[in-house]
Amino acid sequence: MLTAVLFWLFGVSAVVFGFLVFRLDSMARVTFALLASFVFVACEVLLLGLSYLGVVIVLMMVMEMVIMAVFMIMYMMNPAGLMPMAMYHNKPGAMSVSLGTFAVLATGTFLVDWPESRGSRPSDTTKSLGESLMGPQMLTMMVLGLVLFATIVATVVLATNRGRYDRFGDDLRARPDDPVPGGVRR
Amino acid sequence: MNLELFLLLGSSLLAIGLYGALSQQSVVMLMMGLELMFNGLVVAAAAFWYYVAPVAEGQVLIVVLMVVMAVEMAVGFAVVTAIFRARDVDMTDMAADLRE
Repeated sequence: MLTAVLFWLFGVSAVVFGFLVFRLDSMARVTFALLASFVFVACEVLLLGLSYLGVVIVLMMVMEMVIMAVFMIMYMMNPAGLMPMAMYHNKPGAMSVSLGTFAVLATGTFLVDWPESRGSRPSDTTKSLGESLMGPQMLTMMVLGLVLFATIVATVVLATNRGRYDRFGDDLRARPDDPVPGGVRR
Repeated sequence: MNLELFLLLGSSLLAIGLYGALSQQSVVMLMMGLELMFNGLVVAAAAFWYYVAPVAEGQVLIVVLMVVMAVEMAVGFAVVTAIFRARDVDMTDMAADLRE
């Protein structure tokens, strides 16, 4: 009974806060609404017995949303929400597509004859995940590590300003527009 | 509490995220929509693990989804920073070159 109540509480809260992300005016409030939605989803994951993954989702999303708040304030006007904010395009089209998607998914959810559970749930889900990642799923773990490393390199390359080795731009025949010319002026 | 209810919750989050990704002009808000869609997928994956296949590989799928969320946000912000440096663009409508 308590589990069912918690499921509905967390589920409705996750959806409401998710919807508020696109309704609030302040960028800071928007970011924390998204964080609340993630935290309630993590609570649902915890309800399903995945204690380690639930806690990791909370920790990861708190950090991610704090970083996101910085970017929101960097790139968005009206960070404090002092005036109404509306930056939409094709709102009715987007609404109809998303409602249609929800209708198709919800219909499929209730029409599909889902299979019965195969196997029994492990008593220690964290140990089971760890053994899997360090055993049969080691290749997955290594690929994820490589992907994260490649992401670090790619994002640094993309986000840093072009340095002195890129001062010619696209036209290599022109003289570079250096504020202080280097070399020996030959 | 059953599989269908969890999938319904995941579908709701995915649909809300899709609405945001399609309707928002700001690239940052668009990425928030994508994050919400992944949020829905996490719920669905956890529910499938619990109700259909409670094997460790199901948990690994959730780990993969979380890595995808982190990569999506990092690359998204890096691209926004690069395009903002190059062209002062921070809205999707201003970066519609491929559409023309």
